This record gives sequence, C-alpha cells and structure tokens, in this order.
Amino acid sequence: MDSQSVAAQTVETGHIEHEHPPFLRHHFENVAQQREAATFGMWLFLLTEIMFFGGLFCAYLIFRNWYYPAFVAGSHSLHIWAGTLNTTLLIISSFTMAMAVHAAETRVRRSLMGWMIVTIILGCGFLCVKAYEWHDEWVEHHVPGLNFNPATLEHGTKAYPDDTLAPDMAQKTSVYFSLYFAMTGMHALHMIIGVSLLTILLIGAYKGKYVDGHVAPIENFGLYWHFVDIVWIFLFPLLYLISRHQ
Amino acid sequence: MQHFISPVLWQFLIKWLTNFAIFPPEASSIAPYADALYFFLIFISVIGLGAVAALVVTFSIRYRQSRHPVATQIEGSTLLEATWTIIPLILFMITFVWGALLYFRIYSPPPNAMNIYVVGKQWMWKIEHPGGQHEINALHIPINRPIQLTLISQDVFHSFSVPAFRVKREVIPGRYNTVWFEATKPGVYHLFCTQYCGTLHSQMIGWVYAMKPEDYEAWASGSTSGHSLAQNGERLFAALGCNSCHNDTPNAHGPNLAKVYGARLQLQNGQFVTVDDAFLRDTILNPTLHQVAGYAPIMPTYQGQVTEDGLIDLVEYIKQLDSDYRIEQTIDNSASQPVQTSATPTGTSAPALPPGTVKP
Amino acid sequence: MSTIVSLPDQSTATLPKVSYLNKEYGLKSWLLTGDHKRIAVLYMISITFFFFIGGAMAALIRLELLTPTTDLLAADTYNKVFTAHGLIMVFLFLVPSVPATIGNFLIPIMVGAKDLAFPKINLLSWYLYIAAGIMMICVLVFGGVDTGWTFTTPLSTHYLNTNVVTAGLAVFVAGFSSIFTGLNFIVTIHRMRAPGMTWFRLPLFVWSHYAASILMVLGTPVLAITLVLVVLERTIGIGVFDPSKGGDPLLFQHLFWFYSHPAVYIMILPGMGVISEVISTFSRKRVFGYTAVAFSSVAIAVFGFFVWAHHMFIMGISNYSALVFSLLTMLVAVPSAIKIFNWSATLYKGSITFETPMLYAFGFLGLFTIGGLTGVFLGSLGMDIHLTETYFIVAHFHFVMVGGMLMAYLSGVHFWWPKITGRMYPEGVSKLAAVITFVGFILTFFPQFILGYLGMPRRYAAYPPEFQVLNVFSSAGASVLGVGYLLPLLYLTWSLKYGKIAGANPWQATGLEWQIQSPPLTENFAETPIVTHEAYDYEWLANKTRNEVQTVG
Repeated sequence: MDSQSVAAQTVETGHIEHEHPPFLRHHFENVAQQREAATFGMWLFLLTEIMFFGGLFCAYLIFRNWYYPAFVAGSHSLHIWAGTLNTTLLIISSFTMAMAVHAAETRVRRSLMGWMIVTIILGCGFLCVKAYEWHDEWVEHHVPGLNFNPATLEHGTKAYPDDTLAPDMAQKTSVYFSLYFAMTGMHALHMIIGVSLLTILLIGAYKGKYVDGHVAPIENFGLYWHFVDIVWIFLFPLLYLISRHQ
Repeated sequence: MQHFISPVLWQFLIKWLTNFAIFPPEASSIAPYADALYFFLIFISVIGLGAVAALVVTFSIRYRQSRHPVATQIEGSTLLEATWTIIPLILFMITFVWGALLYFRIYSPPPNAMNIYVVGKQWMWKIEHPGGQHEINALHIPINRPIQLTLISQDVFHSFSVPAFRVKREVIPGRYNTVWFEATKPGVYHLFCTQYCGTLHSQMIGWVYAMKPEDYEAWASGSTSGHSLAQNGERLFAALGCNSCHNDTPNAHGPNLAKVYGARLQLQNGQFVTVDDAFLRDTILNPTLHQVAGYAPIMPTYQGQVTEDGLIDLVEYIKQLDSDYRIEQTIDNSASQPVQTSATPTGTSAPALPPGTVKP
Repeated sequence: MSTIVSLPDQSTATLPKVSYLNKEYGLKSWLLTGDHKRIAVLYMISITFFFFIGGAMAALIRLELLTPTTDLLAADTYNKVFTAHGLIMVFLFLVPSVPATIGNFLIPIMVGAKDLAFPKINLLSWYLYIAAGIMMICVLVFGGVDTGWTFTTPLSTHYLNTNVVTAGLAVFVAGFSSIFTGLNFIVTIHRMRAPGMTWFRLPLFVWSHYAASILMVLGTPVLAITLVLVVLERTIGIGVFDPSKGGDPLLFQHLFWFYSHPAVYIMILPGMGVISEVISTFSRKRVFGYTAVAFSSVAIAVFGFFVWAHHMFIMGISNYSALVFSLLTMLVAVPSAIKIFNWSATLYKGSITFETPMLYAFGFLGLFTIGGLTGVFLGSLGMDIHLTETYFIVAHFHFVMVGGMLMAYLSGVHFWWPKITGRMYPEGVSKLAAVITFVGFILTFFPQFILGYLGMPRRYAAYPPEFQVLNVFSSAGASVLGVGYLLPLLYLTWSLKYGKIAGANPWQATGLEWQIQSPPLTENFAETPIVTHEAYDYEWLANKTRNEVQTVG
C-alpha cells in the first residue's frame, strides 16, 4: 500500500487495536480526541446560534433607540411575575443540568436520570408559563399582524399611569411586540428542541449509555442548555425590564 | 465630409457609430468627472491584467516542461510580497479617494438647486414640479441649472437612474432620498428604474428632456395643471384640519409654521434639528418622534390618511409659508380657484405673478 | 534545490481490488453512509443536477434577451426565470460546489484523518441540501418565485403573491447544510490532523477551506434569521421591514447583505484553494509565498465581514458610513491581488505542463483578475453610483463566480477525478472543452461590461433597441458556453467506464491524497500517516519516487 511508504510503522498512535470503549467512533484515534472534537463542535455550533440570535438583537437595538417610549409601554404591559418565574425556572434548570453532567461524570445512573428528569420538568414549566403569556398577549390584542390594537396601549395602566402614548407612538409598539414574539418564539423553539433532545438522552441514560465514560453527549447537551439559558438571561431584561425602576 | 462619401454610407456610419456607442452621452456637469475616473480605472485594470497576463504567458512559454525540465523550488520573497501588496494598495487608495470625492459631489446638492419631486410607484414615475406641472415617466428640465430631485416611493424599492447624467439614487418607501445634477447638453436621455420592483420593472422607463432655458419656460407655462404644489398643499392643509392648530392665533395649540422651513428647532429631548423636507414629512406621519419643545404631544398622526403626493403638496406649502398662511398665487386662475379658508382675518394676497412662473 | 519529476507509466496501472466505491453495495449503503468520500460523490451528482437546471434558466434568459421586447417570455415569467437562476446557482451550486464535493472528499485525507469529525452530521448536511433542492423544485413547479435572489423587501413581503415563503425556507434549509459542512471542516482541521501535520504543512487547499468555513459558520445564521423575519412578516404581518408600521426596509438590506457579502467569499475561497493545488502541481513547484497565500485567505475571510454595505451605497446610507465601507472594500481587494501574483510567480522557474486542470487554472487567473479589478470599480463610491444595478454588476459577478469559481471547480474536478474514480478523463476533448468554455465565457460576459456603462439596467426583460447588438453577442457567447459545460458532463460520465486507469499518483503531485490508492480505501489510510515533510515538497516526492517501486492496486 502506498500509505505504508508515507508513515513509518507508527509507534505511538493511540490506536489500541480492538481494545477500545464501544462508543469510540473509528475515525477517531482515541476517546480523548473524540471528546475534544465533540466539545469543540458544540462550542462552534453555539457560536452560530449567537450569530442567529444576533440578528434579532441588532434589530431590537435599532428600534428601541428609535421608539423608546413605545418600548417602555410595551415592556410594562408584560407580566413581570411571569418573566421572573421563568428566569428562576431556567436558572434552576441550568443548575440541575450541571448536576446531571456531574452525575454522568461520576457514573451514577439513578442520579443522572433524576437530574435529567427535573431539568425536563423545569423546561416544560418554562414553556407552560410562556404559553400562558402568549395567550395573554393574544387576549389583549398585542399580537402584531393578527389582532394588534394599539389603542390598548395609548393610556397608562394602573401600575404605570404615566405610560400614555400618542397614537403614532402607540402604533410603534407593534414593532416592540414583533420583536418580543420573534425573540421569545425563537427562544421557545430552542427550548422545545432542548427538551426533546433531553428526553432522548434520558432514554439513553436509562439504558446506561452515559455512565460508562461516554459523558460527551451529556456534557455537550449541557453546553447547549446553558446557552439557551443565557439567551433568556439577555432577553429578560431587554424585554421585561425596560424602565421598571419606579 | 459628407460630400466625399456617399450620403447613404455616411448616414449608415453615423447610425452604426451612435448605436455602437460604448459610453452614454456626457450630458451633465458631473459626467466628465465620472468618465475620467472610469478611464483611470480602466487604465489601471489594463496595466494590472497586462502584468498578470504577461507574467503567466511569459513564464508558461519560457518554463514549459520541454524547455525547462527541472523546476527550481523557491520559497518566496518578502520583498516581492511587499511590492505587490503596497502598489495595488496605493492604486486602490487613489481610487477610493477619487471615488469618494465624486460621491460627495453627486450626493451633496448645492443650496440654490431647483427642487423637483419624484414619486416612484409600480410601475411608473410621477414627477411633480413645484409650479404644478405633473409628468408621468418624463422629466423636463432646463440645462445649466442645478436640479435637485426629492425621491420617494409609494410602494417598493425603485431606483431613479439617468445614465447620461451618471446619477442614480434608490427610491425607497418611508423616507426621502435626494440626488442632484446639472444638465449641460440639450437632448433627450434615458430614464430607467434600476431596482427590481416586480412585473413591469423593465417598463418603468422614461425620458429626461433637457431643454434650453427659454424652451423650458415655454414648456413649463404650457404644461401646468393650473395649481402649484403649494396651492394644492394649502387646500389639503385646510381639508385635513391642520390649520385648527397650526395658525398664527395667540392661543394656537401647535407651533406657527410660517418660516419654519430651514429653521432650527429644539425638540422635547433637548436635541436641535434643522427643518427640512424629511423632517416635515416625518412629523406629519410620526409627530411624537419629533416632538417640539414647549408643545403638548397632541398632534394626531396622518399615517394612512394622506398619500405621498399629498405629503409633497403639504411639504411644498409649508416650505413657502411666509407670515400669513396664504401663499402667493402663481397662476392667475381666480375663476377656477376654490374658496380658501384662511385662519387669519388679515389675508391680503400678494400681486399675482405672470402665469407659468415657477417660484424660485 | 531542483527536482525532476516525471509522470509514471500508466499503461500497467490496475484498479485496486477494494476501495470506498466497492466496499459495500446497495442503495442503503450509499444513502446511509458515513464515509465522507461517498457523501462527496452524492453531493457531486446532486449539484450537477441543479447546475443544469440553473443553466437552463440562464439559457432562457439569454434567449429572451436576444430581442429588445418580451417576445419569448412574459415579463412575469422572465422575472421568475432569473430569480430561479440566481437562487439555484448561488445556494444550490456555488456555495456547496467545491467544499461539499472536493472539500468533503479531500479534507480528511489531506490532514491525514480517516474521516471528518462528524460523519453523521456530514450526511445530515447532504440530506438538508436535498431537502432544500426539493423545496426549490417545488417552488418552480408551483409557479416560481419572482423576488430576485435578493428577496428585497417590501416587494417580497407585501407586493408579490408567488412562492416567497417556500423559496425563503428552501434557502434557510440550504443555509444549515452549509453551516454544518463548515462546522465539520473547522473541527476536523483543528483536531484531527495526523502526527506531524502542523498548520503550516497543510496544503493551501485546507487553509482556504478553513477560511471559507469560518465565513459559513458565522455568516449563514444571519441569513437564516433574516429569512425567518421575512417569512413572519409575510405570513403573520409583523412590521419590522414595513415603514407604515414603523419598520425599516433598509434593516433588511443590512441584515441580508451581512451574510450575502461574506457568501461570495464562501463561494470563491475554496476555488482559490483548488488553484493553489493545481498551479503547484503542474509547475512542479511549491506555491510561491505559501505563508502569504495562507494568511491572505484568512484576511479575506475577516475583512469580508466588514464590507457588506457596499451593496447599499446608493440606498441612502449616510455618506460617512459609505466612506468607511468603500475604504474597507479597497482593503479586502488586496489579499486577492496578493494571491494572483503569488500564483503567477509560482510559474517562475517551474516546469510547466498544460493538462486540462492547468488550462482551467489559467482561465481562472485571467478571468478572476478582470472580475476582481471590476470589483474595485464598484467599490469606488462615485463610480458605483453610475455602475450599480446595471449589467456592469452582472458582468462583474459572473466574471468572478463563473470565470473564477466555476473554472476553479472544473479544474478541481478534473484534477482529482483520477483520485475519486480511479480513472482518467480523456485529455483531448477535455482541453477542447476548457478552451470552448473560456472563449464562450468572454464572448458572453465581456459585452455586458459595456452594456452596464451604457446604463442598461439588470433584471430587465425588455430593453431599449440600441442595446440589442451587445445583447446578441452575449447570447451567442452563451450558446458556446453551454457547449463548453455540456462536454464535461458527457466525457466525465463516459470516463467512468472507459477512462484509462489512473493509478495512485498520475500527476506526480505531493499531498497525502496522492500517496494512497485511487480510488481510496474507505478508511483512507491503512495506518495513520506520520508527516515529516512540508507541503509541496517536490524533493521529498522525488526521493520517494526514486526509492520505491511504483505499485498500484
């Protein structure tokens, strides 16, 4: 074979003939390389996600700068308790996910499954609160393009009586809500994908797949989950906390 | 010359040469400058391409395998790398500076430019002269006079292009864009829409008629609709109820708009702005965004209630407002003039100007 | 030091008994493969299919433009045809052309690995491509879309009733195919290089794919979110791009071109990688200024992110921001110039032969230079005012993309055809096709520069009669060009059965891919190679050739 003339008989290749963990893919030399490649790949993927959300953040920046009073009124119309609850749920779920990774690394199957289940529940809780909020926006005619009625935002609310807006500025709140739905919708989509993936991983964990040293899928999913959490931590103040100090 | 060759052949030659033009006519003051830059760019491109072609061809012949069977491995040469980095960089920087100067010239209208409004819509150009001449897909202009076009679209992106003048500007919905030129040669020149705008994009074309001043005056007086844009604006101003707040009574709810065009105003947020066409248009549509200091934010928005043509009429009217909210009549058409509702009791109209005069 | 390398005697070459092509049989083994080489072949077949659909659209365009009036196609149809041409050629051909076919095939081998880092994601990438292609075909079947490939709002969001959403989603899916390919390449190049394969021993092909992958990974998601916003605006009616609702159509332009400018570098950088390999091989010399060429690839990638608004100079952006973007555009032109000079200098004191890949590479050198220089015309602000949105732009991007990139793709396909298939293409007819393509190309697109300066706008179904002569030249050239592209389809297919057996290294090139059998084993290398020589080390190759008996099969 020509390749023999290229390589001298490899002394230290790391390629242990036929004696490797079953989860080692054959195009990798060793488990360490596989794990490093997988982690690198996940970080790179998260970088693409940053660019993906970045477009929305860029639009938000511009429109908030142009229509600040409208953004204030729109933000005040959101339920701060729902946003805070969601933030709490997600932060706790990041903790439980980190514990799940720890459980995988220490190879405790029941612990791993437990933490994963709690994370799934917290994630679903987040989605339920979000669904309630969206329903509420629909009821209040705050959905741009579908049933938007700016008149509902022209007068202040009980909590924020100074939130009166002239009609043209009230019309601009549709831009705020467009971004609200686009950003939280995109985030929710990533949560749904995350919860689904986590469920699939849970089934694998049940079968003992991740407590035999093959922690990379759990670790890398953890990275994804933390990322989705961090996006929310940016969304929460940007959408919910505009000029809330009273 | 015509007598030495057969007239038929001569005509054919002329036709062939003009139809085989590779340049559009240089019909504006800026066109020769644009062409000069183009020549420079062609020149450096020919040199660059020539250099590359010469190298490739010479080396291919001189070092082809039959003649040079043994290749000499050469790692590189920092000096050469520096040379062919710095020389192109210098040439590109010259191009950058030259192009930038030309760009600023084309997009910075002189203050005395005559303003004409252009509304683009699918799939036609509506051109509105302040004196009340309305054209579709045609633009009559005098030569040797700076002309500024204020462009806006009613629907999608278009682009107003006159190749003979070497000017082009995107015509977008929601805001005014401007471009200016000064025609130097009488003639008829192509006007194109160059931004794809739907089915009949390639039919959104017309002609620019550059005319000698006296011909232009004759055209202007013969083509007017009878009402200048400002007169239309005055009518609209009353019809929309603007004068209920914007008048010069002491307890007016809104600021007095006389002489507001070009003035420097302070907004609610402390910023200063100079009132121009775009400001006026945008304030009519989004009053809260341009809230002037000292007034309550009670102005309603006219979004959806006035077309771009209407907005142009209003802007023209406000531009020409002097002290008494009545514009000077530019056309003596008193018989067909509707009754003007003026808010001020003292409304002496200025002497009528000769018909067809375009206000400067 | 000097080297003598002569081509081996191929008359005794035989095909190896086992290779990636015959390791497994059956449709499932191809459709569920993880082997990067098989995926590359799948891609090659698919993009060829879409290329010819896009090419048919081009033929319709040039046929219609033979006459000044819309007599062959109605205006609406013409608009759909040029949109389809743009969408298919950009997203379904140019973006994946070299990376997904040749890159997929070669990157693992060139770095000394057995496969890419994520073979399943590689396969997913191909399926996403196919899904995008099917969606695009659905768009065509259901009546087409006429937004132009640029989806300009508000036209695409509010003023058309064609299949905008489907087309937008097709591009969205194709974008993810591209992202996953780029992701795979970056991880592979970072993490899976063989022992001894340092960064500066990598072939320049790998460097250019690395740079292109950075662009794919960072730029494409922005296109994705932009298309999502367009779809939302069109379906639900959110108003982020609609001025009557407080939105801004220029925001769409910024977001769209933030990807679509780096996209052109995604398209051209892999082609430049091919040219490095081909020129080096057929001059029997190391590429002149290896480091400069490597770094200029990365420089193009980095600078390429900061020039997007040069597509918007006349749209009403502030004059000062136009200044900044024009300056940066001039800066991004410099690395490309450096590469052209380095490639030309590689010929100096080489030992040059003129096989078909080299002919295509020469075509690239000339045509890309013209295309790139006309980019400088367009980056110059005042000149851009007159030239933008005319046929000058059309000529510019066809010179760089077709005269540059497509020629590079064909160069690469011919160069690595022996490696991929084990067989040689027929040299005589392929040379003829290369020359036909070159001549046809110039005849088609050079008149369009003149048309552009005359002011003929792009995307026009009908035009003033005085532009007809040049348009006729252009259409005549297009028919020649079409022949030039059909010929390879025919003779390359023919060569699969009847081509001469190639042997491992028919070009006597350096590079790990030429040291293994043709076609390669599924696992590429029997044992992990240890790399001790530099890239383009012809002395090493000469020593090796002297010291071993050339065996194949």
